[in-house]
Formats: sequence, C-alpha cells, structure tokens
Amino acid sequence: MTNFRDHMGRPIVAVTGIGVVTSLGVGKADNWAALTSGKSGIHPITRFPIDHLNTRISGMVDFLDSSSKGASPLTYELAETAAREAVAESGLDSGDFGGPLFLASPPVELDWHERFALYNSDSQDAGAERLLRVARGLKELDIFETTQFGSIADRLADHFGTRGLPITLSTACASGATAIQLGVEAIRRGECDRALSIGADGSATAEALIRFSLLSALSTHNDNPEKASKPFSKDRDGFVLAEGSGALVLESLEAALARGASVLGILSGCGEKADDFHRTRSKPDGSPAIAAVRAALADAGLSKDEIDYVNAHGTSTPENDKMEHLSLSTVFGERIGSMPVSSNKSMIGHTLSAAGAVEAAFSLMTMRESVIPPTINYDNPDPAIVLDVVPNKKRNAEVRSVLSNSFGFGGQNTCLVMAREPV
Amino acid sequence: MSSPRDVVITGIGLVSSLGEGPDAHWQRLAQPGLQPVLETARFAPYTVHPLPEIDWNLQIPKRGDQRQMETWQRLGTYAAGLALDDAGIKGNDELCTTMDMVVAAGGGERDEAVDAAILAASESRNDRDVLLNEKLTTELRPTLFLAQLSNLLAGNISIVHKVTGSSRTFMGEEGAGVSAVETAAARIRSGQSTHVLVGGAFQTQHSDMLLGYELAGYLHRGPWKPVWQRQGAEGGGVVSGSGGAFLVLEQREHATSRGRKIYAELGPVVSGRARRSRGELDAEIAALLGRASLPNGKLLAMSGASGAHAATTAEKRALDAVEAITTRGFSTLTGHMKEAQFPFAVALAALAVDRKAAYPVFDAAAEKPFDGIPASVLATAIGYHQFEGMALVNAA
Repeated sequence: MTNFRDHMGRPIVAVTGIGVVTSLGVGKADNWAALTSGKSGIHPITRFPIDHLNTRISGMVDFLDSSSKGASPLTYELAETAAREAVAESGLDSGDFGGPLFLASPPVELDWHERFALYNSDSQDAGAERLLRVARGLKELDIFETTQFGSIADRLADHFGTRGLPITLSTACASGATAIQLGVEAIRRGECDRALSIGADGSATAEALIRFSLLSALSTHNDNPEKASKPFSKDRDGFVLAEGSGALVLESLEAALARGASVLGILSGCGEKADDFHRTRSKPDGSPAIAAVRAALADAGLSKDEIDYVNAHGTSTPENDKMEHLSLSTVFGERIGSMPVSSNKSMIGHTLSAAGAVEAAFSLMTMRESVIPPTINYDNPDPAIVLDVVPNKKRNAEVRSVLSNSFGFGGQNTCLVMAREPV
Repeated sequence: MSSPRDVVITGIGLVSSLGEGPDAHWQRLAQPGLQPVLETARFAPYTVHPLPEIDWNLQIPKRGDQRQMETWQRLGTYAAGLALDDAGIKGNDELCTTMDMVVAAGGGERDEAVDAAILAASESRNDRDVLLNEKLTTELRPTLFLAQLSNLLAGNISIVHKVTGSSRTFMGEEGAGVSAVETAAARIRSGQSTHVLVGGAFQTQHSDMLLGYELAGYLHRGPWKPVWQRQGAEGGGVVSGSGGAFLVLEQREHATSRGRKIYAELGPVVSGRARRSRGELDAEIAALLGRASLPNGKLLAMSGASGAHAATTAEKRALDAVEAITTRGFSTLTGHMKEAQFPFAVALAALAVDRKAAYPVFDAAAEKPFDGIPASVLATAIGYHQFEGMALVNAA
C-alpha cells in the first residue's frame, strides 16, 4: 500500500503537470532539447531601441503574440501558456481546474507606451494633472487592468476555472519558488487536493532594464550574447535579464493516484528565511541562505547526503554566486566539491519572478530524464568557487532528489526540495 | 470555546489621517460626530485623507534606512513597528527571528518630476523610445527602484525590525490584504507558525496612486461626502486615504504563555472572487456572510466599503438584508487604503471587541446606532474592482 503521508504526517504533494516557456521556446520538449544541448537563448535586444543602454542583450521571449504589447499582456500570455501545458499534462479539466491559483508575477505599472499615448491625446495643462483628466474619460478598462496587481490572476482564474480568491505574490527573484511553496502548504493543510502554481515574468521593458542597470546588476557582455551569462566563472559580470514562465499542477499524492494520474515527481520540502542585512546584499556569513537550505531539507525529511543534485540560483552576478557557494559548502561540507550543481540561467538568463517555477520545472525533468543540464560558458572557472558545475556539457546521471535555490532582493531566500519518487 | 491553536490578535499598529496607534484611533473614532481630516486642494478635483504628522525616527531610527525608502515603505515599516511594539515583540531577538510575515503591497512611488519631464518632451519628439532611454538612464536615482519594488516593504521591515522567520508579499489591492490575513491565520491554525506579522500600507498622496483608480474613473470628485452617500455624485465614488495597518497574529497558547494582552480572537477569515461582469457579486457577498459563522443576535460590521458605486451598493444591500447587522463604513473617516483596507478593518473590529463598545455612527443619515457590548464584530473588504473578503473577530 502506498503511504500518502510524509514524515510529519502531512499529505505528500505530487506534481502531475509541468509547463514552461523561456527564450529557448514554448513547452517542455523544445526547452529540454535546447537546455541539454547547451544552447543559449540570450540574444540582442530588438524589442526597443538600445540607444544609451549599457546592456543591449537579454533573454526576452520575443515570439509570443503579446511580446510587443507590454509587461502585463505578455506576463499573462506567458502564464497562460505554461499553465495550459501543465494542466493538459495533468489530465484535469482545463476550464474547471477546481483548486486554488498561486501566481508569482512582477509588480505592474502603467506602460510607458500607454502613458505617452494618454498624455499626447490631449494638450491642456501638463504632467499628472493631464494624465488624470484623460484617464477619467477613458471608456474601456483595458489600460486600467494592466495597472491592477490582481488582474492577471483574475483572468487566469477565469480561464482555468480555479477556485476562490487567487493569490498574486512577489518575493522578488524567489517568487516562483514561493508560488510553489504556497500551493504545497495549502495541500498539506488539507485546504485543497490540488493547486495551480505559476511563475511568469514578461516585464523586460526598457525601464526595467535601466533600473537593474543602474544597480550594476546586469552583464554588459554585449558582443557575444550567448556567452554573457556565465555563472561561477571568474569573469562573470552580472545577470542577463530574461523572461519566461513555469507552471506546476500540484496534487495530494492520494488524490492523484485515486484518479489514475501520472506522478511526475514529488514536492517534498520547502524552506525559507529572510535576511535583515541589506536591501540587495546578503549577510556576509550567508546564514539566511544556509538556514533556508537547511529548512528545506528538514521540511523534506532528508539529510544533506540524500540530495543528488543542486539546481543553483546561479545568477552570474559576482555577489550571488560567491554567496551561494558559501552557503552550499557550509551545508554540504566537503561533499559539495563532487556534487553536481548547475545553473539553468547560463542558458536562459534570469527570468526573475518566474525563475523559481521555471527552474523547478527543469529540476523535475532532470530527475525524470536522468540527464543534468550543464552550466554553459564555464571557460574560466572562479578559483574561489570549487563546485562541480556540470561544465558546458550535459551529464547522464541518476538523480533521485534535487535542491533548487532561489534568492532575491529584499532578503528573500526560498529553497525547494523535489524527489523523483515518494519516499 | 477557546482552543490552544486559536488565532488571537496581540498587536495592532495603525496610521491614518486620524493619527497613529490603536488608542488614538479608538479615542477619535469613539467621538460622536467626528469630522474627517481632508486634503482638498492639492489633488483637486479629488479629495484625499492625508497622512498625519509622523516622526519617522520613532520607528525607523537610522536616517540611512529612512533615505532608502519613499513614503509608502516608510509608512508600512512604521506601522509594522507600532504593531511589534504593541505586542511586546520589538527588540526581542528570539521572537523576531522566528516570526513569519505576510505583507500586502502594491507598488511604490515613481519619480513624478522625471516622469513629467519625459512626458513634456514627448510632445515634440517622435522617437519616444529613445527619449525614454535617454532620460531614464541619466535622471533616475539608482536606488529608487528598490523603494518601488513591492516586496521591499517586507524587506525593509526585516532590516529595520529584524523580523526574519519568513517574508512573503501578496499583491492585488484589497484582495492582497484579505489573502495575507487569511494565509497568516491558516498557518497559525495548522501549527506552521506561532506568531505572524501581517498588514499593509497605502500612500495615496501621489498622482500615480490616484491614476491607479482613475484609469477606470473610480475616484469621487467634487465636495466630500460620506462613503454611503456618493451614488449619483460626480465621479466613481472612491475617496482614498493614506494609512497603514499591521497586526500581530498569534497562536493563543503562544500569547498566553508569554503573558500578553489579547485584543481579540480572529475567527473565520473567508474570501472570494465574484465574476462581477456576470452579476455574481450579490450572491458572493451573501455566500461570504454565510461562511463567516455569524453569531446569533445583533452584530456590528466594520465595513471597508470603498465608495465605488457598484461594489458599495452591493455590499450595503447585502449587509442591510441581514436584520441583525449594524454597519459602520470607516472609509468615511479614513478614506480607502487599498492593500491596507482589510487589515485596518480587522484592527478596528478587534478594538471594539476589546473596549467592549461599539463605534458611534460615522454617518447619521445612513447608519443606525448600536447599543450594548459587541462580543463579535465582522470586518469586510469588498474590492472596489475585484475580490472580496470578510473576517469575524470575537472577544478574547
């Protein structure tokens, strides 16, 4: 008889559907083929002019209908596309999902193109006064809805028939992992048998790029875009701004098996810890990230020796990769030098609010396919970071369990532990 | 019947145009005929309820921290500090490092001068995308981004008050506040958390915050009126207010074992998403009332009604349909505080239960007196555009 409860007596949470979109393509098949052949999705920016910009490359998703329509429409389309794939795979009703929705998405703002159009549709007075006057004369809700933080989730809830008030959340670059964590927790508390967790980010506007640039967070390796994201390399110089989405259908193992669903993996642990050191930098001793990793292991009921692979946050910023190495080596000790640790971001860039969900999707596929995607662009290792980063070429390996890290501005640290089989 | 895993409220941090702290709010709101504090000129034709004078140093001692935030984050960090102080948690390392946090947040303030200059220049330029790059790369203050990011209110609370158990930020107007309280309570009831800081802040004295309503024509224009009396007046009915509300929610056993005063017990927290375009709002509000385990006998309701015509009418109709309910629309006196609206409603409900007295009418033309001791108080937030929630707050 299958045990449906975990080591703490909570319902075991299974994954029964996975969906993903990145700059490498739509869907698991295209993404996996590209990822395991070490292909980069990073390319020159064409969505807007690059005059005056220090960074002129990105991992934007340029091939969807909404790609040129602004952050809110694109984030919606990314979320819907990934969720459609995940729900279809789960075999659940795609219009009557019947569980709650947790959406990680970027904060929204009135798009500059709309701002310009509204402003220049009139010529009386100036500045905000003019915008407000034009705004109250609008007859359609389209622009308004792009500025409401709950609207993307509201539309997704309509589309998929999820239950109740959908939760839209942000934990910065850990958001995707938090969306999954919220789904896991809702099932464990017995509030539902299934949940739809999505991370989506289509917010790579000029202003977003400039904001990260002003914080010196972005790579400026413009000449050879495919080589710009180089996690754990000595000459890494920042992350590459990117877009994408990942979606998981989470179900209690019991409910999944009862309806004859295929179990694609187990979400066995979630851990988090906030950092109080600084808005963008982590505490020098790495203690919050260390605590988040340990909390995830404890939540999963696994010892550090039972993790086969780490799907790293691995942003390619000098700060993150150094601190991530410090945290991992503190938790895993000497074993860290021989344990595979790779960064999907070397190929897809940093998909921000989506990253935790996209990388959870790839972590689950790593276990299912017994193939570890490489860290590409690992030509010049950082001697201070001794890790087996699965350099440049995929590796065939039995992977029974994965730790996936997500760390973000504002002291956000969230880690997920996934397993191939229920223990 | 109380149980060790009940959710109780042990800390309240409030800021609004009426002042700061639970005592100041109680004293003001308990005065019959209290007049609202209004700012009518600065954003005419819109009226807002402005922030009171605040000495930020009292909760955010480092000037460097204050400089890293714009008013919205400062306001939330300040209100959170008030709640932590009130609960006896501030400065207690053990309690702060194990405390979970759920913040309801929108976005922070853009640089209005930079935006206005770009818009002005756009009148004579066709290469507007290039204009944008040119101005934003040279005129944006680098750290402004962090002062705007939704999750950085929580980030600043971690930095300033050392709350580091966990940190989650929910977005989505009033619904974010509802989900934040609902999730925090669920964590405590299930044993996942022993004490949680939950709340939000809204700073409306900024043109973009008004624009967020006015792109759908939601703001009331012309002379101020109480929240229930804006139907038929010019504009969309919402008068916004700056404010913040944070609560310390705690497992009953945890609170009593450290000997803390309990304001009230937080009963059922229920939420919903009516498909309003299909006319589901009336039925949804009725369904929420049905799920909120309303007690027998008369009941005071602290309504977060925004004034938005359709939602406010529907809420009034639903509450009036229940004979036992006596409603107070607190937005009449505070304005609508978006993400902070629901935590604010819950806080006011807890105060009434704790003080064993109802608030006097806030609008004599639309509200009935309530005599007696309110043993339970309902708190509501029916979103001005979407999402609905309620909670029942009971005597400790």
